[in-house]
Amino acid sequence: MGKNQSFGHVLKMEVLRMPLTKGIDNKIVDYLYSAEKERREVEKISDQYPDLNLEEAYRIQEKLIQKREEDGCRRIGLKIGLTSKAKQEMMGVHEAIYGYLTDDMLALEWEPINFQEWIHPKAEPEIAFMIGEDLLGTNVTAEDVIRETKYVAPAIEIIDSRYVNFKFTLADVIADNCSSSKFVVGSKWVSPKTLNLEDIGMVMSKNGEIAQTSSGAAVLGHPAESVAWLVNKLGEAGKGIKKGDIILSGAISEAISFAPNDNILVQFDELGSVSFSCKSSN
Amino acid sequence: MNLQLEKIADNLFMAERNRKPIAPLTQMYPELSVKDAYMVQLEVMSRKVSEGRKVIGKKVGLTSVAMQKMLGVNEPDYGHLFDDMKVEDNSIVKMNELLSPKVEAEIGFILGEDLKGPNITYLDVMMATEYVVPTLEIIDSRIEDWKIQLVDTVADNGSSAKVVTGSQLTKIEGIDLRTVGMVLYKNGEMVATGAGAAALGHPAHAIAWLANKLSEFDITLKAGELILPGALSAALTVQKGDKISAHFGKLGSVSVIFE
Repeated sequence: MGKNQSFGHVLKMEVLRMPLTKGIDNKIVDYLYSAEKERREVEKISDQYPDLNLEEAYRIQEKLIQKREEDGCRRIGLKIGLTSKAKQEMMGVHEAIYGYLTDDMLALEWEPINFQEWIHPKAEPEIAFMIGEDLLGTNVTAEDVIRETKYVAPAIEIIDSRYVNFKFTLADVIADNCSSSKFVVGSKWVSPKTLNLEDIGMVMSKNGEIAQTSSGAAVLGHPAESVAWLVNKLGEAGKGIKKGDIILSGAISEAISFAPNDNILVQFDELGSVSFSCKSSN
Repeated sequence: MNLQLEKIADNLFMAERNRKPIAPLTQMYPELSVKDAYMVQLEVMSRKVSEGRKVIGKKVGLTSVAMQKMLGVNEPDYGHLFDDMKVEDNSIVKMNELLSPKVEAEIGFILGEDLKGPNITYLDVMMATEYVVPTLEIIDSRIEDWKIQLVDTVADNGSSAKVVTGSQLTKIEGIDLRTVGMVLYKNGEMVATGAGAAALGHPAHAIAWLANKLSEFDITLKAGELILPGALSAALTVQKGDKISAHFGKLGSVSVIFE
């Protein structure tokens, strides 16, 4: 860890490495939190702190979530990002990333979402894992994940980077809670035990036109592998996932952008479907 | 609890026991708030409990847009279910035990784990659900001629009276609770149709509302409780001799006879 990636952006000045003190952590947390609350895109933090490492970025993310909790939100699960080879290559990494989901991020299929809640949202099709037992460790396998998963369900994650033009380094996106914003879950929940999640096909449509097609294997070969990665990653810090958590295992295809009055529908073989509608601003 | 609320609780308690309806509370006590009404409901509940009756669950009411519009409200209400309200599937309910009953078909939830708000989402409800069961709720009003406003029905325990559950318990695995269909029959004739989504968009969402609402009164939904998330069609008025059945597809059916 440590080396920061910068994309399409050349820093004109050599910026000296500034150790992140507690005060600066909090300043970044406020910066990102207010950007989200005020639906305002902001310059990425790596412009100011080019040497921000991933450990520091996760620490900022944790503080950001604690701030949400202080405001009355509850952690209800996690999301995994950069789970496709293409995305990892684009970011020059060999690992996924994670962020937290809080109860206020849950959107409902039956209540259109106001576009004004976002800056520049995109939708990603995902398979959600509903965890039946606490899962902790550093050698957890996809089989363990399947065993402890009570249900899987179709889901759409709506990501909304707080950074200008959705452009960021790895440390930036981690600090920004991996662009998490909202998610919607379908209403048929099934046990994963008899399914081949890697072969399950997915069609995402926008206003009736096909936007993406893919299958479960696009998520690190198998969505349960992605969840196992998460558990092991959290395990390094002595953390884990809990009974009752929802885990969004990673995008099955590229994210698509949408606009007011759009309707996004994601259909899966075996798992059923999930959709949401976006209201116009007023 | 102030004396006025105690008196209202007393009146409702006796109205139910003596089968003599009372005038609308909103007429007699126009200043009564919804919060007061819940305090009245809780007072009547504790009297019933001290008489030896047991709370077996809760019901959510006013979960359809139509009902909310009718009463001019934008949130549901709830009531308590007691052990002596339970009626066996396909058995008889005596009309003379009730005032002017109506029937509603609902997807009953049996919880496997406690649910305590705030911040409960419908995902938590799904995870805590052991089974769902076809249910007919018999509602009745201790307020004369059903002349109810929100405050009246809240004080009157959500107008609940009896509850009939079907014999089949189903795990929710593989069941889409928004699209579970419901067909209601009166004396063999189809009288209403509906689906799970009629209860606040998703029946588990109605239960999440309840868990969060109850946390205001420090009440937890308990494992083993039967929770009714709201009617899937308009309430049906019944008369002596009527046989009412509700069919819920894969979830099975439930019926009751009024004599």
